[in-house]
Amino acid sequence: MHILGRLGWDAIPVNELPAMLAGVGMIGGFLAVVLLITYLGRWKWLWTEWLTSVDHKKIGVMYIIVAIIMLLRGFADALLMRTQQAIAVGANHGFLPPHHYDQIFTAHGVIMIFFMAMPFMVGLMNIVVPLQIGARDVAFPFLNSLSFWLFVVGVVLVMISLIVGEFGQTGWLAYPPLSETQYSPGVGVDYYIWSLQISGIGTLLTGINFFVTILKMRCPGMNLFKMPVFVWTALCTNILIIIAFPVLTVTLGLLTLDRYLGFHFFTNGFGGNPMMYVNLIWIWGHPEVYILVLPAFGIFSEIVSTFSRKRLFGYTTMVWATFAITILSFIVWLHHFFTMGSGANVNSFFGIATMIISIPTGVKIFNWLFTMYRGKINFSVPMYWTLAFLVTFTIGGMTGVLLSVPGADFLLHNSLFLIAHFHNTIIGGVVFGYIAGLIYWFPKSFGFRLNECLGKASFWCWVVGFYIAFMPLYYLGFMGATRRLYHYDYSTGWHPFFVIAFVGALIIFAGIGFQVLQIVWSIYKRKDTQDRTGDPWNGRTLEWSTASPPPFYNYAFIPHVNSVEPFWDHKLEQAKHPKDHSVVTSDTEYEDIHMPKYTGVGVIIGLFAFLLSFGLIWYIWWLVGLSAVGIFAAVLYRSFDYDIDYYVSAAEVKQIEQEISKRKIA
Amino acid sequence: MSTKGILNVPSHPHEHNHDAEASSKVIFGFWVYILSDCILFSCLFATYSVLHTSTYGGPGTHELFTDKMPYVLTETFILLISSFTYGLAMLAAHSKRKSQVLFWLMVTFALGFSFICMEINEFHHLISEGLGPDHSAFLSSFFTLVGTHGLHVTCGLIWMIILMIQVSKHGLTEITTRKLSCLSLFWHFLDIVWIFVFTVVYLMGVI
Repeated sequence: MHILGRLGWDAIPVNELPAMLAGVGMIGGFLAVVLLITYLGRWKWLWTEWLTSVDHKKIGVMYIIVAIIMLLRGFADALLMRTQQAIAVGANHGFLPPHHYDQIFTAHGVIMIFFMAMPFMVGLMNIVVPLQIGARDVAFPFLNSLSFWLFVVGVVLVMISLIVGEFGQTGWLAYPPLSETQYSPGVGVDYYIWSLQISGIGTLLTGINFFVTILKMRCPGMNLFKMPVFVWTALCTNILIIIAFPVLTVTLGLLTLDRYLGFHFFTNGFGGNPMMYVNLIWIWGHPEVYILVLPAFGIFSEIVSTFSRKRLFGYTTMVWATFAITILSFIVWLHHFFTMGSGANVNSFFGIATMIISIPTGVKIFNWLFTMYRGKINFSVPMYWTLAFLVTFTIGGMTGVLLSVPGADFLLHNSLFLIAHFHNTIIGGVVFGYIAGLIYWFPKSFGFRLNECLGKASFWCWVVGFYIAFMPLYYLGFMGATRRLYHYDYSTGWHPFFVIAFVGALIIFAGIGFQVLQIVWSIYKRKDTQDRTGDPWNGRTLEWSTASPPPFYNYAFIPHVNSVEPFWDHKLEQAKHPKDHSVVTSDTEYEDIHMPKYTGVGVIIGLFAFLLSFGLIWYIWWLVGLSAVGIFAAVLYRSFDYDIDYYVSAAEVKQIEQEISKRKIA
Repeated sequence: MSTKGILNVPSHPHEHNHDAEASSKVIFGFWVYILSDCILFSCLFATYSVLHTSTYGGPGTHELFTDKMPYVLTETFILLISSFTYGLAMLAAHSKRKSQVLFWLMVTFALGFSFICMEINEFHHLISEGLGPDHSAFLSSFFTLVGTHGLHVTCGLIWMIILMIQVSKHGLTEITTRKLSCLSLFWHFLDIVWIFVFTVVYLMGVI
């Protein structure tokens, strides 16, 4: 037993039916995929074309696939919680044991933020940003692949904690002293720490990568104020990542030292200060929510302008509003714990700073509304999501302003009102935005559109379900229901509202079902919705000027632009002078294109990072040593490898471009 | 030809120097990484500032550091001089004098290595007196702040060995010079961080 640290057979929770069912389902799904790939004989293809890929478009797709899988997992947790709260009243204590219930709400928060929203955002950024700035890849393609695999390590750890050991029972931010060894001696918090630490480092690398990409790799003519708004929001998000994620690294690192080496940063005794952790984690945590929502704002800006057939209203104010939010997001962290008792002056400062954020956000809302005003709106699915967002996010934002009043917050702190508020902004803003973005850019990635009818069905379920699930929580919060509640009494009068919320969750479940169906059905019927032009929505920005899916080098010739909507202007110009420049003729002279080579080093480092963290969680020290050596060797190998790029010959480019133009004409 | 929206038309073919282009991206990216590392250290400094009086009845900064000042000052000068010698290595790299580069890198390595040895010695001394990081919140934050700097220096030393091998293997190419420039940024950055450590932890600790 000693050789496996504290890992033994007792780590497998055989007595807990829900955990075992989930575990069996997970392993079954995994095996089914493995068998399917083996049956189709696609392992080699998978390795050479996808897993080792450094192509930003493929990495983006992989991010989003994992994000959707994790959405299902995180949503399963949500359903379990809703079920528990709907039935655990009076004599009934529900179907989940408390320590399992605590793991579920912890995992739900962690998964939805870190392993659903973050990868979804990074995936969309990967697919779209290089195309929108007219680049052929990101600044550091290998680093991009490494970021992805480090993120996957986090996902795998969270999933494994289902059946080997346990996950944290501390809530999604693992406040000490509860998360210290004294109160959480098991492996749950260690799973939490290492899954976030490893994937967080991946995110930091992504932040640096895209920051450099946007600042250094824009095509000729695209100065900063000619960038699409999505690129602007991506830039600000990456600035936030670069500043905020090192704080997360340190915070988790200090907790690690407390737990592993007996330090006293956040302990009750020996002079430790738990509030230091709470401050630090929110100095990361508040910017984090803007990291998630800013790109969603960017997506809505692209969609609202495309589907209203109008230039975005107030481009410049949109950019400055984004910047204002970026800066303000760093001076509001204390509103998450007004109850710390830092005094009226400090609380007022943070309360007012919080309220001020609603001003630039309001600017954005009005910009979107004015863009639609007098536009010829095409009510396609992405536009549906945008409209639902405008209403839902505004409600969520206003309840946020309510919470920003310290006096009110003392009452509503830790209540279901808060839960309703942030789901109102995160679902209404972030999730709606990413789904809209997925549907909007899906044809760019795959060459066919998603089914509209199923998309609308999923939309209505999501929106109706959302309101039914979360509006009761506002009320319950006012009535004093706290968050993470395990059981309550009939005399509270809460029961009907919890049941209504549960029904809402079921309707959202139907929405997610329709989404999965939409994707599967659309793949099956892909011939019907094929996009031969590369421009299925009559788009305005550069990404629609190349083929769908784009060739791996994105653009045969780096575009030159001199406006915010170069592709729209190009189309107008062509309508006036119908001589088509973009048609490839047999005498077009192509150039050799410089591209990075695919590499498996990212996968290998990810594999060792997984073993390293698994060893650390279970105190398997030989494994820790071995995998640390493995990571070092892989980095060393990469450092000594000078053969990392190649040229695509002009002849090959010509052949690919001719095939694309044939597809267009057909 | 139209002036607006020129897309996908053959541009005047220009010769790219991809290595030079890559260098400008890498060095800019490395600057950004350094900035994020600055944030990392600033959190550790903040933690130290909050906790440095939480001695839990144990010794505080005054008792611990007053006698150690000459020792720490020596450490400081060793690190400062190593920054200077790294600068000399970079000057030699820009004038393509390979053997000089290797010589100054070795000198820098020796100085950096002595710095780390002195720091380990200091840590060892404290721990053997029973004043390890588990003694109080103050000592936790002290060991973490100074230790994280030390860990960075150690990584820099390992990186320096790797670069010495690569320079002697490939000479001073665009790529190796780029790598030397990144390590140079890193090394000077650690120097600056140490100046803050020296000021905030040691100097402010004894007044």
